Amino acid sequence: MDKVLEMHAITKQFPRVLANDQVDFDLEYGEIHALVGENGSGKSTLMNILYGLYQQDAGEIVVRGRPVQINEPRVAIDLKIGMVFQHFMLVEPLTVAENIVLGAELKKGLFFDSKRAVQEVENLSRQYGLTIDPRAKIADLSVGLQQRVEILKALYRGAEILILDEPTAVLTPQEVEDLFKVLRTLKAKGTSIVFITHKIKEVLALSDRVSVLRRGRKVGTKATAETDEQNLAEMMVGRVVLFNVDKKPAQPGPEVLRMEQLTVEDQFGQVKVDQVDLSVRKGEVLGIAGVEGNGQSELVEAIAGLRKAASGRIFLGDREITNSSPLKVREAGFGYVPEDRHRRGLVLDYTVADNLILGIHGKKPFVKGCMIRDDQAVYENAEQIIEQYDIRPPVAKQLARSLSGGNQQKIVVGREFTQNPDLLICAQPTRGVDVGAIEFIHQQVIAQRDQGAAVLLVSAELDEILSLSDRVAVMYNGKIVSVMSADEVTEHKLGFLMLGGRLEDYGANEVNGHAK
Amino acid sequence: MLSRAKAIRWQEIVTPLAAVVLALIIGSGFILFVGENPLTAYRILFVESFGSIRNLATTLQRATPLMFTGLAVAFAYRAGLFNIGAEGQVYMGAFAAAWVGFTFTGLPRFIHLPLAILAGMAGGAIWGSIPGYLKAKLGIHEVINAIMLNFIALYLTDWLATGPFHGGSWVPETARISPSAALTRLYPPTRLSGGIFLALAAAVVAYFILWKTRQGYELRAVGLNPQAAEYGGINVAKNTVIAMAVAGAIAGLAGTEQILGLHNRFIVRFSADLGFMGIAVALLGKNHPVGVLFAAILFGALQTGSAAMDRLTSVPRELITIIQALIIFFVAAEYLIRRILRMREEA
Ligand SMILES: Nc1ncnc2c1ncn2[C@@H]1O[C@H](COP(=O)(O)OP(=O)(O)OP(=O)(O)O)[C@@H](O)[C@H]1O
Ligand SMILES: [Mg+2]
Repeated sequence: MDKVLEMHAITKQFPRVLANDQVDFDLEYGEIHALVGENGSGKSTLMNILYGLYQQDAGEIVVRGRPVQINEPRVAIDLKIGMVFQHFMLVEPLTVAENIVLGAELKKGLFFDSKRAVQEVENLSRQYGLTIDPRAKIADLSVGLQQRVEILKALYRGAEILILDEPTAVLTPQEVEDLFKVLRTLKAKGTSIVFITHKIKEVLALSDRVSVLRRGRKVGTKATAETDEQNLAEMMVGRVVLFNVDKKPAQPGPEVLRMEQLTVEDQFGQVKVDQVDLSVRKGEVLGIAGVEGNGQSELVEAIAGLRKAASGRIFLGDREITNSSPLKVREAGFGYVPEDRHRRGLVLDYTVADNLILGIHGKKPFVKGCMIRDDQAVYENAEQIIEQYDIRPPVAKQLARSLSGGNQQKIVVGREFTQNPDLLICAQPTRGVDVGAIEFIHQQVIAQRDQGAAVLLVSAELDEILSLSDRVAVMYNGKIVSVMSADEVTEHKLGFLMLGGRLEDYGANEVNGHAK
Repeated sequence: MLSRAKAIRWQEIVTPLAAVVLALIIGSGFILFVGENPLTAYRILFVESFGSIRNLATTLQRATPLMFTGLAVAFAYRAGLFNIGAEGQVYMGAFAAAWVGFTFTGLPRFIHLPLAILAGMAGGAIWGSIPGYLKAKLGIHEVINAIMLNFIALYLTDWLATGPFHGGSWVPETARISPSAALTRLYPPTRLSGGIFLALAAAVVAYFILWKTRQGYELRAVGLNPQAAEYGGINVAKNTVIAMAVAGAIAGLAGTEQILGLHNRFIVRFSADLGFMGIAVALLGKNHPVGVLFAAILFGALQTGSAAMDRLTSVPRELITIIQALIIFFVAAEYLIRRILRMREEA
């Protein structure tokens, strides 16, 4: 008996979608098994079934050689199965220790025994080499550390099978590295890990085996060593995937967006964007590279009218839009894919059709007279975008909430791109999106550029910046530290600048690096 | 296979129904406890509230103000606001309508009645928009201001009706409104008034605004995800004020109907929690205009029937209050009911 987990012919039917169709999946003791596939291919569903959040309609689950019925998470936890969700389930005002022992009822008389909680969490984090301050409040932790708390929480409950659903989607490259170290340590200690991701590089770097799902079916399981990037991408999408967007040289026109000495503060009065001068021209893609949290979000929100500028000015075309309302900015010809689709980009409890008019809901075809909504126009618009952007399932009346993450992203992208804005801002446009959809979105970005849009691209993915941008600006600590044309840029140089290095020092550093 | 949208709608109906059934079952325990047959008691309750046109008319008469206040709470809720201030809006609307009713005389009916109704709506709308405005401009939670405004409305109308506008009799009430401002009684001797049509119209209008207009799209977006609404160019502050003003106008109509259709004068503290009952009605009606109408009728029926049950059996009328409370409890504990019915998230 070398399998800790076997799932046989799991089938799960949702209204309209067969999310899992006779899927077989297994996990060996102490292996890292990557689970990949397009958006909506059923990865989360399969793992939610394993964790007891959904029930399979047919199929069998065998854990440590015993057939089991997992009808709620309690059962999964008792079977030593732990899950880390993409959206964390932590109680923000509580401390790390309190969150980890939550539900375990450490009591001293009538009261919560916080000393013991801290003690136990310290032991645990030492045991697994997961450094964390048990007394820190969750709200004060970075995303990477919050994720670590989730992992510790699962381990505290004795998890020997650990499921991670797209754990890297929200992490910075450094945090991803740290996570990988942690997972390798866990593996060495015998934990079996299921790792869902869209990034093939991560599969190759981390996993022992990889299983691919497509439209609810399993396409195959392979030893990671026996596959490569192109091969995996083909298995996922069912056709050859182009990793490099082919694009013609840009034909930049006049300036569309111009920022002059723009300074933006956060709600605590801290300067996040520091006297930035930057412009984007018609027909070019300007990429902003930078480690997340260096002011990119605030910069973009100030342009969008979602955040006040403390000083400086912003122009869109010949109009000044400094501190205009979001509606005014949109009317000036602005399209925006926000970095957080759940918080900003979508009303999850609206239908796909209603989401596809957000921002243009007051405009011509969607209202008759001055106020009355034209349902037919709303649905025609939806059908068109659904078809053009291959949103699955293709149902306009479905709630956005019930779509998979990548398809939700396509709603936002489709809505913003089809308005053919003069200025298009894309913040992390392919986060959580599968390789096929990334290829598609990248092509669309270039198409927008070629149609004459000025595109401002903010991304934590260097690959994305490098393959799409005509010029690259590096943002560090609120300042634009360098603007380069695409042919001057290398990944290595960007990495150096993003971490606060100065361009003057780059050459010297390089020489030193080689000398050693 | 049910579509997802239909499945949701189905579930929206099943939960309140299950809550009512459960409440009645538990209620029958109480009835057994006082030594009566639950079936008999419930039959009396039913016959008395729906058994004849006359009984039905009484039920509808009791339901009318609850329809308004239920709609007033539900409408605000759709925009993400908890309108606990309906009670105050009822009083302000009522007084405004009464004032127009007794101040102007000699107006033709087709002018006087609409004028009084509009005044009632305006009174409620102003009172409702105050907490809306304070929330929009200063970020103060609407519940706190609305509760304070409830007290202010209560004492203000107390004073108005016993002071400057006292009717002269020894009772704390204003003068009678002129007949030209009164709503028609539809089925005498019951006191059902033409106000019921106003209530139905209010439900239709509320539905139309929420789901068929640009304004409704904005209001609901603000209710569901204010940050996404803001991103979509929707003015959250403006919509907050609009939602509370409309909600207030509808609550004001409840007061208006009570004055112009029932009391024909402003009586101090006539409302007796109509506004608060509206919260329960909205909850049971799942904050949907159609649901609110049915919930209001149910509450109206329980009130109508309870008197007869009290009279004809030894079941005290307080039982009805218990049943109402249980219904609210079970609707609020929807999760529990879903488990009982084994309705899963994806079903
Ligand atoms: N609760 C639900 N109700 C109805 N349909 C659902 C539900 N959950 C998921 N689906 C559908 O089932 C399919 C599989 O979804 P799932 O979330 O498992 O995909 P995924 O592989 O995790 O995708 P992604 O990579 O985008 O996260 C999708 O078509 C999705 O729309
Ligand atoms: Mg998923």
